[in-house]
Amino acid sequence: MFVLDQVFKRYGQATALDGVTLAFERGRTTALIGPSGCGKSTLLRLLIGLLTPDAGSVRFDAQPLAAASLRRLRQRMGYVIQQGGLFPHLTARQNVTLMARHLGWSQARIAPCLADLTALTHFPADGLDRYPSELSGGQNQRVALMRALMLDPEALLLDEPLGALDPMIRYELQEELKQVFATLGKTVVLVTHDLAEAAFLAHTIVLMRAGRVVQVGCLTDLMTAPAEPFVEQFIRAQRSHLTEAVF
Amino acid sequence: MTARRAWAFLGVLSALMPLLAGCGRTGDEVVIGSKKFTESVVLGEVLKDLVADSGTPVRHRRALGGSRILFNALANGEIDAYVEYTGTLTHEILARSEPQDEAALVARLATDGIRMAGSIGFQNNFALGIPESRAAALGVASISDLKAHPDLRLRFGSEFMDRADGWPGLRDVYGLPQRDVRGVEHELAYRALGAGDADVTEVYTTDAEIAAYDLRTLVDDQGYFPRYDAVLLYRADLEQRSPLAVAALRRSLGLIDAERMIALNAAVKIDGRAEAEVAADWLRTRFDLAVAAPTEGRAARLLRYTLEHAMLVGVSLLAAVVVAVPLGILAAYRRRLGQSLLALVGILQTIPALALLVVMIPFLGIGAGPALVALFLYSLLPIVRNTHAGLVGIPATLRESADALGLSAGARLWRIELPLALPTLLAGIKTAAVINIGAATLGALIGAGGYGQPILAGIRLDDTGLILEGAIPSALFALAAQWFFERAERAAVPRGIRG
Repeated sequence: MFVLDQVFKRYGQATALDGVTLAFERGRTTALIGPSGCGKSTLLRLLIGLLTPDAGSVRFDAQPLAAASLRRLRQRMGYVIQQGGLFPHLTARQNVTLMARHLGWSQARIAPCLADLTALTHFPADGLDRYPSELSGGQNQRVALMRALMLDPEALLLDEPLGALDPMIRYELQEELKQVFATLGKTVVLVTHDLAEAAFLAHTIVLMRAGRVVQVGCLTDLMTAPAEPFVEQFIRAQRSHLTEAVF
Repeated sequence: MTARRAWAFLGVLSALMPLLAGCGRTGDEVVIGSKKFTESVVLGEVLKDLVADSGTPVRHRRALGGSRILFNALANGEIDAYVEYTGTLTHEILARSEPQDEAALVARLATDGIRMAGSIGFQNNFALGIPESRAAALGVASISDLKAHPDLRLRFGSEFMDRADGWPGLRDVYGLPQRDVRGVEHELAYRALGAGDADVTEVYTTDAEIAAYDLRTLVDDQGYFPRYDAVLLYRADLEQRSPLAVAALRRSLGLIDAERMIALNAAVKIDGRAEAEVAADWLRTRFDLAVAAPTEGRAARLLRYTLEHAMLVGVSLLAAVVVAVPLGILAAYRRRLGQSLLALVGILQTIPALALLVVMIPFLGIGAGPALVALFLYSLLPIVRNTHAGLVGIPATLRESADALGLSAGARLWRIELPLALPTLLAGIKTAAVINIGAATLGALIGAGGYGQPILAGIRLDDTGLILEGAIPSALFALAAQWFFERAERAAVPRGIRG
């Protein structure tokens, strides 16, 4: 679905991505993980064209992300960020249906989609006419997820979607996200700093460090055949969380 | 603001537009002008009543401004006649330093298409006045005597401060040493003298205040001040357009002597009667002229001021919104250009209102035109600045979220950025409106009408009641505008981003 080929990205002096080549399979959930500043968020932002690579190419469904086609391609992707990125002047309903209304969808077409999405994300119907400032953090993230899914995109990109939530809500939402991914079967790319979350939600984990991909595989691959000592260190640092999530 | 409300707002403003047209002149109407001091207004009323008596439609545009403004208005055909003073014509308007005889003056004015018909019957010369008690104590009788008292506080009308035949020439000819010399409104100078806050001012020899404030007029021992014969000026083409009106105007020649003029001035300034009434009374006694002095009730007067004021503020503000919001957007999107733009509108704000008004008169004439342009320019800064600030203050994550959804730049601006900037933008428009309502009172200086008119007249006549007649509605108007914009904000800004 997404293919990166020798992608480089620098911010001034700092290297964010240092020659990344990576493919994301259609219909699979991939988690990008690694320490802060490893380039995982940069990579995600490149996928939706919010950043352009200094060198190398990014393709979506075999098409390069060029300025001319960017808007059309973005409408085939959904994007959720840590604090939701909801528009404070729009109600939950208006946030979710913004793009559909902009594209001129009829109310008859919008209403069933919205009903499906509220059911899918367990969002209370009476919350739809509230503004983001009147909803809890967890509900805001549900709205952000609904907004990302409204146009029924082929790919879903999530940048630490649960990062700002307290542990109880987070746990609940992890369960729900897993169900949503399983129900929809979309290509999902998820950025997280939590290995347990990555293992719980994703088929494939991409471990990154200093702008490079260290290892790609499932959790068992990372544990049993670490590509380099850093993989072991990273897993050890996260182990306490791991026990909690695996059992 | 919701679209419907915005359109309603536009509708109200455009309904006010015809008032603008009402400030222009219509058909065969004769227009009399007057300067912004009592004597000139009284004479304007006299001319108007005389023309009206001939059955010709006539209008008096009263208290339009200073000599330069009136003369240009006459030359441009915005007015047809007014009373000027020969000394002013020679020195100030034609900028001649040597005295001109009457024939030369008549010939010179004829080249501008202006007839100088002759004297109204009195001179109104400049003189320096000093309170009698002070003069006696200092032993001052002539202007030369002032040289011995360098500490005297001199207060002159702004026009006298600057004009060639005013203070600069006087100082040079007599070698006057005073340092504490300031320009104030002529009428206020008298009050400063009366209150003991100043010592010397210029007086016009027909001023009623000379007697009222017990002033001694100092002898012009060097013969500095020229003769100021009050003369009737009218446009040469009026002789073709309306011979009747010209004949009527000419009835004013030799009509009023100095003593009579002082009495008429006193009736207005000391007894507090209306200029129209004083002029009509005199014409009734003199010619047995049945003048129906049109009396406008206070309510009708207030309504007229309010409509004029609302037109000035509304039209200038609307134009400013139409121009400033796109400029603010441009400034937010093009950062470097934006800095220059903000600096430019900032500089506009620092131009003194009066200077701006007077500079524009040659291009836009007198009346509402220059006032609208000045108010428009003053409104730009708050609106441009707030539009810019509102847009720049939007968090980058929101702008990215809009991009990530696949919105075009235009849709992002319209659906996301402008609504988010709306509270700031509206605050800018509100600021501009409130500033405008205050600044619009200055429009009365150049005949734009509005609440400034009673304020200026009140200053001129030392009538606090009249000042308040302009000041209180103006303040209420500002409060109402504030209230209106707060309501508009509540209606237009979604609950989610209300402060």
